[in-house]
Amino acid sequence: MAAANKVLLELRGVTKRFGALTANDAVDLVLRQGEILALLGENGAGKTTLMNILFGHYVADEGEVLVDMGDSGADDGALRPLPPGKPKEALAAGIGMVHQHFTLVETLTVLENVILGAESPFRLTRSSRAARAKLAGLMARSGLQVDLDARVGDLAVGERQRVEILKALYRDARILVLDEPTAVLTPQESEGLYRTLRALAEQGMAVVFISHKLNEVIAASDRVAVLRGGRKVAERPTAGADRAMLAEMMVGRAIAPSRRETKAPGASVLNLDRVSVVGSDHRQKLIEASLDLRAGEIVGIAGVSGNGQGALAGLLSGLAQPSAGAVTLNGRAVARFDPPALIAAGVGRIPEDRHREGAIGAMTIEENLALETIGAPRFNRFGFLRAAAMRAFADRSIRDFDIRCPGPEAPIRLLSGGNMQKVILARALDGDPALILANQPTRGLDVGAVSEVHRRLLAARLRGAAVLLISEDLDELFELSDRIAVMFGGRLSPAMATEGLDIQTLGLLMAGHADPGHADPGHADAGHADEGKAA
Amino acid sequence: MIRLEPRTQPSRLLSALAPVLAALAALCLAAIPLLAAGAPVLRSYQVMFDGAFGSLFSLTEVVARATPLMLTGLAAAIAFRARLFNIGAEGQLYVGALAAVAAGSGLFEGPSVVMIPAVLIAGALAGMAMMLVPTLLKVKLGADEIVVTLLLNFVVQLFVQMMIEGPMKDPMSLGWPQTEPILDSAALPKLIEKTRVHAGLIVALIAAIGVHVFVKRTVFGFRLRAVGASPDAAHFAGISVGRTMLMVGAISGALAGLAGVGEVAGLKGYLTNDLSPGYGYAGIVVAVLARLSPLGAIASALFVAAVFVGADSMSRALNLSSYIANLIVALSLLSVLLSEVATRYRIRLSSVRKAAA
Repeated sequence: MAAANKVLLELRGVTKRFGALTANDAVDLVLRQGEILALLGENGAGKTTLMNILFGHYVADEGEVLVDMGDSGADDGALRPLPPGKPKEALAAGIGMVHQHFTLVETLTVLENVILGAESPFRLTRSSRAARAKLAGLMARSGLQVDLDARVGDLAVGERQRVEILKALYRDARILVLDEPTAVLTPQESEGLYRTLRALAEQGMAVVFISHKLNEVIAASDRVAVLRGGRKVAERPTAGADRAMLAEMMVGRAIAPSRRETKAPGASVLNLDRVSVVGSDHRQKLIEASLDLRAGEIVGIAGVSGNGQGALAGLLSGLAQPSAGAVTLNGRAVARFDPPALIAAGVGRIPEDRHREGAIGAMTIEENLALETIGAPRFNRFGFLRAAAMRAFADRSIRDFDIRCPGPEAPIRLLSGGNMQKVILARALDGDPALILANQPTRGLDVGAVSEVHRRLLAARLRGAAVLLISEDLDELFELSDRIAVMFGGRLSPAMATEGLDIQTLGLLMAGHADPGHADPGHADAGHADEGKAA
Repeated sequence: MIRLEPRTQPSRLLSALAPVLAALAALCLAAIPLLAAGAPVLRSYQVMFDGAFGSLFSLTEVVARATPLMLTGLAAAIAFRARLFNIGAEGQLYVGALAAVAAGSGLFEGPSVVMIPAVLIAGALAGMAMMLVPTLLKVKLGADEIVVTLLLNFVVQLFVQMMIEGPMKDPMSLGWPQTEPILDSAALPKLIEKTRVHAGLIVALIAAIGVHVFVKRTVFGFRLRAVGASPDAAHFAGISVGRTMLMVGAISGALAGLAGVGEVAGLKGYLTNDLSPGYGYAGIVVAVLARLSPLGAIASALFVAAVFVGADSMSRALNLSSYIANLIVALSLLSVLLSEVATRYRIRLSSVRKAAA
């Protein structure tokens, strides 16, 4: 359907080098009116660089960007080259960009954010009435509803994204570029976004979104261009493409789906008996949670973020104290809750936030690997570091976990998210811990790294470890878990066998319907439609 | 709009030229106050250079001044590494000096092999105790150590004043507010006769090497670096942030205390309330110039001392206000710090077009 429409944008042979690294290698791309193009690629494939060239943030070493000038230019349908390195020109040509990290002023209102930069600062009050009228029209057409007088700081993430899109529309964008737009959204919010993009495309815009998520590409795009190592390796209509095919094009090799082998669980490793945790704001974060986790099984914890998963993970990481209840680990009651005690008790911990808690960016890979056991005789001789032992452990981890890095002495901040996570896995899984706490272990990782993390967790299960997997990715939970429990409002549901569990039941529990068997279906639908609540 | 962008690869040429350019820039800037004071600019610089490097005596003077700066620089460097911002080296230096005098001026007597370690240990312990208080307040109550250590400097200054005019006043001092002199057996020997270079230099050099090895090679140094780079990740990995801070605070305070011992037992012989012309504060500059490297602190202390000595002798020779000397010191330090920034970042001027109305 898109083939007949006119071309709005064309990239010809765009090449960009950063020192020895070629981020984009002779990339050609055509974008037509009314279509949604997905730019698919792993982290570091060159997607964001390409869009930054388009938008004038970077200047391409070779190649050019051609754009249809629309009504402003001569109306002969010809494309005009866009002057490189000039974001203002890109804006004037109707290119609007929604960055992954929003560029909004939190202390200003939605209206102020939208007109900021678009109107002269000396006429803000006068132009605001006209702006309101224009925005009302835009909101009606696009279906993006936001309270114009709300302070951006008070808005939920999904709403802020709507403001960003409105900002672009307000500047009369005809080409909308979104960088990883669903990274911060709940599944329901993502659905809403897809609908908006579709509506915009039908009104004659062209949309490009950057993504490494296969489901999203399949759900939302007309056409998909795959980038790998800076080159465009494939381009095809989305219809008829499947996950496995896209994954293979993106990674460049076949990804074996992880398989969970059947295995009878062993003895109880972790037992929570009506455990409560009170947060630093004196609110109950975890309320009388009970769970029995056995050797050789993975129990998944589902739930919308912020429903007590943090407290549960904090408890088992040693960052939070229980206010009531008993925690038993390997048959012994846990008395002390601090990180050294839980490390000593044999808990391998994969934290939710790699950058803040998992790794120390300024320290080397080798030092990060030794971080948890630095005081143990293995790395400590009379208070001096055993450099040779640290190096040996680092070399072994880099080999076993296939950590792609310049060497053990490289600062860990230079690594990609996936490789950084492999370092954390190598550290957490070292010494075959009896209990593994994996809190959002694949968040923000690309397909290859995700499958590696899954493989490691399944291997740990097979050797008899108990794994507690906290995740917001339902596919991941169904793929890995033997049983799934749901957290809502600080309460933990009983863990249900994954076999025979359907996603509807899980969804109802996640929305707070304690007894899904008797839930009123009409009521449940209302709960699903309420995106604001889910955020 | 002016933006700073990190350079992907700092150019070698620029890194080599930066200090030279910084020195030139400082000289150009310093010409302004010199002209304002009516001094001949070129001759002033000639005198300044001679004052720092012109003779063996001036060189030894630079080394003597660099000695306390190395120790206070190390005190700041090790603390800043752990993100414990000890601004109180000046106060710790004074209590170190006070303790050295208390221990070394006749409380007990013995041969030098006993007395010298005794004053060193007394001063180090006093500085340590002085820094442990704000560190404990930080660890236990979350009190901001920058504020506490800075304000304690003034408390110490007044306490020293009280001691040298009261209980520790030398009865033989003809009314001058000063303590009794340190015994000869407790004095740090001169390294070069008839100069002011004393054995405190050896203490400072050993301390620099010791801190270097400590930070790089020991388990504790590892924890210190981890806590400094990311307290959250260090805590998550089972490192006690509080205990590490206390240890770092103790070492930092002890180093600053040793600077005080050197000044009183190596140079002056007794304690007055003008023992230090701000060595504690200048130590922060030394540490930052050295990018918190313990061995780098040796070189940067020598540099800062040279600027001090040169500017001092210039203001004396040309009969200029001593504030001019301070101004030149400040300008050179600012220039060097800015040149550091310039080698690591590039300055990008991006034109801001008139917004379309």
